Amino acid sequence: MKKNAVGGAIVLLLLGAAAYGALYVAPTERTMGTIQRIFYLHVSSAWTGLTAFFVCFVANLLYVWRRQPRWDWLGVSAAEVGLAFTTVVLVTGPIWAHPVWGMWWTWDARLTSTFVLWLLYVAYLVLRTLVEEPDRRALVSALFGIFAFIDVPLVFGSIRWWRTQHPQPVVMGGNGSGLDPTMWRVTLFFWLAMLALMTLLMRARYGMEAMRGDLEVVRREVEAA
Amino acid sequence: MGKELRTEFRSRELLTTTGVFILVVVVLFSFTFDPSSAESRRFAANLLWLAFLFAASLMLQPCFLREQNNDTLSALRLSVDDPFAIFAAKLAANTLFLLITELVMLPVFAILFNVPVLRVFGQLALVLFLGSLGISIAGTALSAISAQARMRELLLPVLLLPLLAPVLVASTVVTIGLLEPTPFVEWKGIGFLVTFDVVFLTALWLFGEYLLEE
Amino acid sequence: MTPKDFSPTGIRFENIDKRYGGLYALRRVSLEIDAGECAVLAGRNGSGKTTLLRIAARLVRPSSGVITFSGGRNDAPTSLPQIGFVAHATMVYDELTAGENLLLFARLLGIAEPAARAEKLLEDVGLADRKNSLVRTFSRGMRQRVAIARALLNEPAVLLLDEPATGLDPQGVSWLAETLRRMRDGGRTIVMSLHGESEISSLATRAVRLEAGSVISDTRSGGSLHSILTFAGA
Repeated sequence: MKKNAVGGAIVLLLLGAAAYGALYVAPTERTMGTIQRIFYLHVSSAWTGLTAFFVCFVANLLYVWRRQPRWDWLGVSAAEVGLAFTTVVLVTGPIWAHPVWGMWWTWDARLTSTFVLWLLYVAYLVLRTLVEEPDRRALVSALFGIFAFIDVPLVFGSIRWWRTQHPQPVVMGGNGSGLDPTMWRVTLFFWLAMLALMTLLMRARYGMEAMRGDLEVVRREVEAA
Repeated sequence: MGKELRTEFRSRELLTTTGVFILVVVVLFSFTFDPSSAESRRFAANLLWLAFLFAASLMLQPCFLREQNNDTLSALRLSVDDPFAIFAAKLAANTLFLLITELVMLPVFAILFNVPVLRVFGQLALVLFLGSLGISIAGTALSAISAQARMRELLLPVLLLPLLAPVLVASTVVTIGLLEPTPFVEWKGIGFLVTFDVVFLTALWLFGEYLLEE
Repeated sequence: MTPKDFSPTGIRFENIDKRYGGLYALRRVSLEIDAGECAVLAGRNGSGKTTLLRIAARLVRPSSGVITFSGGRNDAPTSLPQIGFVAHATMVYDELTAGENLLLFARLLGIAEPAARAEKLLEDVGLADRKNSLVRTFSRGMRQRVAIARALLNEPAVLLLDEPATGLDPQGVSWLAETLRRMRDGGRTIVMSLHGESEISSLATRAVRLEAGSVISDTRSGGSLHSILTFAGA
C-alpha cells in the first residue's frame, strides 16, 4: 500500500510539472496559438500508448514461450493502458484540429493510423471477452497480440505512404521536425510523466488481474472438491 | 500437402456464393454514388477491394470451423508432422478461391464501371494475387483463433479487418494507378504487399503450432 | 497388419500434470505400459481418461511431466512411434466419401501407394462396398469402422482408443473386439478407455483406474481386472 502511495505521489508530481511546462514554460506557437499546447499531451500520449503496446507484445511473446499466467496479466494490463492512452490521442486530435483548421477529424496519416491501432487493440480485448477458459484465452489473445503488433509498423507505413499520394494540408505534421528546443524539452518531459503514469496504471491493473487470477484458481478448486 | 485442397474443393458452393456476394456489394455500393461520372471511376478500385475484403472475411469463416465438426483437426494434426503444413494447405486453397472469385468478378466490374481492365490485366493479376495472399494468410491464421471463441462469425471480421488495413491501402493504391488513363505501376505499393505477405507468412510459420493447440 | 511392419513400443508416463486454469485434469500420473500390453483405462466421466489418451497421442501438451515411448523421448521426432488414435468423434470428413477420406489421410501421412493402402484398409474393416459413399450417410457403426481404418493407416505400433464401443450395436461391438484381438495378438500396444465390462474389456491384459485425475488402482499393483472395471466406488 505504502509503495503505491509513494508511486502515486511521484506520478502526480511529474504530471503537475509536465502540465506546468506545457502551459507556461513552452513558448506559444506562432500560428496556432494557445490551443497548440495540447500537442504535448497528444504526442506524449501517442508515444506512451505505443510503449504500452510494445510491453504487451513482449508479454505476449513471453506467455507463448513460458505459459506463466503473469505474462498474460501483464499483457492485458499493458493493452488496456495502451488503449487508454491511444484514446487520449484520438480525442485530443479533434480538440486541437477544430479551432485551428475548422474540421473535427483530419484524415492525416498519423491520426488515421492511430485509429487503426486503436481498433486492433479493441479487437484484442473483445477477443478476450469471448474466450472463457483462462489458459486458452491467454494463449489465443497472446497470439493475436503478436500478430497485431507486427502489423503496427505496416499500418503506419502504408497509411503514411498512401497519404503522400494525395497532397493535402500538413496538419499534425512537423512533429519533431523543426521543433523549437524548449518545445522539445517540454515534449520529452511530458512523455516522461506519461510513462510514469503508464507504469502506475499498469501496475494497478496487473495487481487487479493477479488477484482475479488467484481467486479463479481458488474458486475452481472449491468447485472441484 | 496440397492434397488438403481436395477437402477444400468439396466446398464448391463457397465459390459461387462468395462471387454472388461480391457482386451484390458492388451493385449496392454503386447506389451510393454516380458510377458513370469520371470522378467516381476513381472509386471503382476502392470499391473492388472493399468488396473483396468483406467477401473474404465471410469466406474464411468455415476454414477452421469445419474442422471442429468431427474433430478432423485432430486427425490432421496426427497425420502431419509439421503443423505449418496444415496452414500452408489451407491458405493455398483460400488464396486460390479468392483469386478465382476475383478474376471472375473482374470483367463484370470492368463493364459496370467502364474501367479499362484488359490492357493492364497482367499487372492487375499480380496485385490481386499479392493482396489475396495477404488476406488469406491473415485470414487463415485468425480463423484458427476465432474458431476457439464465442460469436466467432462476428469476431473474425473484427479481428481481421483492422489487421488487413495495410493490404487494403496498398492494393487499392496500386489498382487505382493501374486503372488510370495512363496506367502506371505503383511499385512501392507492391513492395508493401510483398512485405506484408512475407512478414505474416513468417509469423504464421513461427507460431502456427500454437494456434492449433488444444 | 503383420507385426513386421512396426516395432513393439511401450509407453511411460512420468509425473504427468494437466491443468486447465486452476483445475487439475491429471495430477502426478505415473504409469508404465509395456510393449504389446492391452491396457484398459477405467474411471468415471471426468476422471482424466480422455486427457491422458490425448496426451499420449500428443494432441495435448502436459502442463508438466514427461511421456516417453520405449526407444526415446516423446518429443524427439526420430524416435516417435506410429500412433493410431480413435476418439469419441470420428475424425473424418462427412462431406467426403469413405474412400476419399482414407486416401486423403494416407497421402498426408506420406504412405507409399496411398490408394492401395486405403483400399486394403476399407476391405479390412468391411466397408469396401461403401467406398464411394459419403461418410455423412453412414451409421454410427460404419463411421466407427472408418475411424478405425484411418487410425490403422500408418501401421501404428500404439493404438489409443477413447471409449470406442460407444454407440455400437452388439454386432459392431463384436467386430471391434475381434479387430482389437487381432491387433493385440499382432503385438501392437493398445490403450483404451472403457466403461464397465464387455466383450472388449475381456481382451485386456492390464487395467488401471483413474479418479479425479489420479491413478487409484492398477492390476499391476494387485488389483483384479474385474474389480477395477466394475469399481463400486467408495
